[in-house]
Amino acid sequence: MTAVRKAALAVLDFVVGDDWRTALGVVVALAATALVAHHTSIAAWWITPVAVAVLLALSVTRARKRR
Amino acid sequence: MTGTELGLALSVLLACAVEAVEALTIVLAVGSTRSWNSALYGVGAALLALAAVVGALGPAVTSLPIDVLRVVVGGLLLIFGLQWLRKAVLRASGLKALHDEASAFAQETAAARAAGSPSRGLAAIDDGYSFAISFKGVFLEGLEVVFIVLTFGANQHNVGLAAAAATLAVLLVVAAGFAARTPLTRVPENAMKFSVGVMLTSFGTFWGAEGAGASWPGGDAALLALVPGIAIASLAMVGWLRTADA
Repeated sequence: MTAVRKAALAVLDFVVGDDWRTALGVVVALAATALVAHHTSIAAWWITPVAVAVLLALSVTRARKRR
Repeated sequence: MTGTELGLALSVLLACAVEAVEALTIVLAVGSTRSWNSALYGVGAALLALAAVVGALGPAVTSLPIDVLRVVVGGLLLIFGLQWLRKAVLRASGLKALHDEASAFAQETAAARAAGSPSRGLAAIDDGYSFAISFKGVFLEGLEVVFIVLTFGANQHNVGLAAAAATLAVLLVVAAGFAARTPLTRVPENAMKFSVGVMLTSFGTFWGAEGAGASWPGGDAALLALVPGIAIASLAMVGWLRTADA
C-alpha cells in the first residue's frame, strides 16, 4: 500500500468514523435540503433536524443490536 | 459576545478539555513510568505537527465561499457530532462502559512497563517508546480539536475566539494535571462528551442546512431551539434504551 493511499484511508477513517451509514445519511439529508430549498417553494429547514433524529436513532439501535 | 459566539467558545472549550484530559493521561502514564524527558519531547513534536496542520488547512478552509464552507463544515460537524452523541447515549444508557481515566491510566502504565527497557531514539530522546506514545496520543487527540477550532472559527469568522477557547482549555487541564500529578478522574468527562455531542450536532445541523440553502425561522435564534431540542431527543433515547433493556 502506498503512503498516499494509506494517508487517504486514514483521513477517510478520521472523517467517517465507525459508522459509514450515518455519514452517508448526513450527505443525503443535506442534498435533500439543497434540492427542496433551490427547486421548490417548500421550506427546507426542517429536513436536516428530522434526518438527524432519525440517523441518531438508527445508529444507536444498530449499536444496541451488536451488543 | 453574541449567543452564537458564546456557543462557539463553550463548544470548543468543552471539546478541547475532554481531548486534553485524555492526552494528559497518556503523557502522565509514559512519563511517570519510563521517561519524562522523552514524553515531553513527544508532546512538543506533536504540537509542532498540529501547528503545521493548522498552517496547511487554515488558509484553505477560511478561503472557501461561505455557503460552500457552511455545507461542508456543517456536514462534517454533523458526522462528528452524531458519533460523539451515539457513544454518549450508549454510555449514559449503560450499553457502553463509561470512560474512566483511572482505568485508561492503568492500561497505559501496564503497556509502558511491558514495553521493555528504554530504547534510545534521536540525540536528546532517551526513550523512543515514551516519545512515540506521547506524540501519538497528543497528535491524535489534538487533531480533532484542530478540526473543531478551524471549522467553528471559520464559520463564525472568528478563528481567534475558537483558538483562545482551545488554548484556555489546554492550559486549565495541564495546570490541573501538573498540580494533581495524577489523571484527572474527577473531571465529568462523560457528561462533557454528551454536551459536546449535542453542540457539534446542533451547530452542524444549523450550518449544514443553511449552507444547503435553507432559511432558519428566526435566523441565528433557531440555535436556541436546536440545542435543547437535540439534547432532549438524545436524553429521550437514553430513557428509552434504559427502559427497553431493563
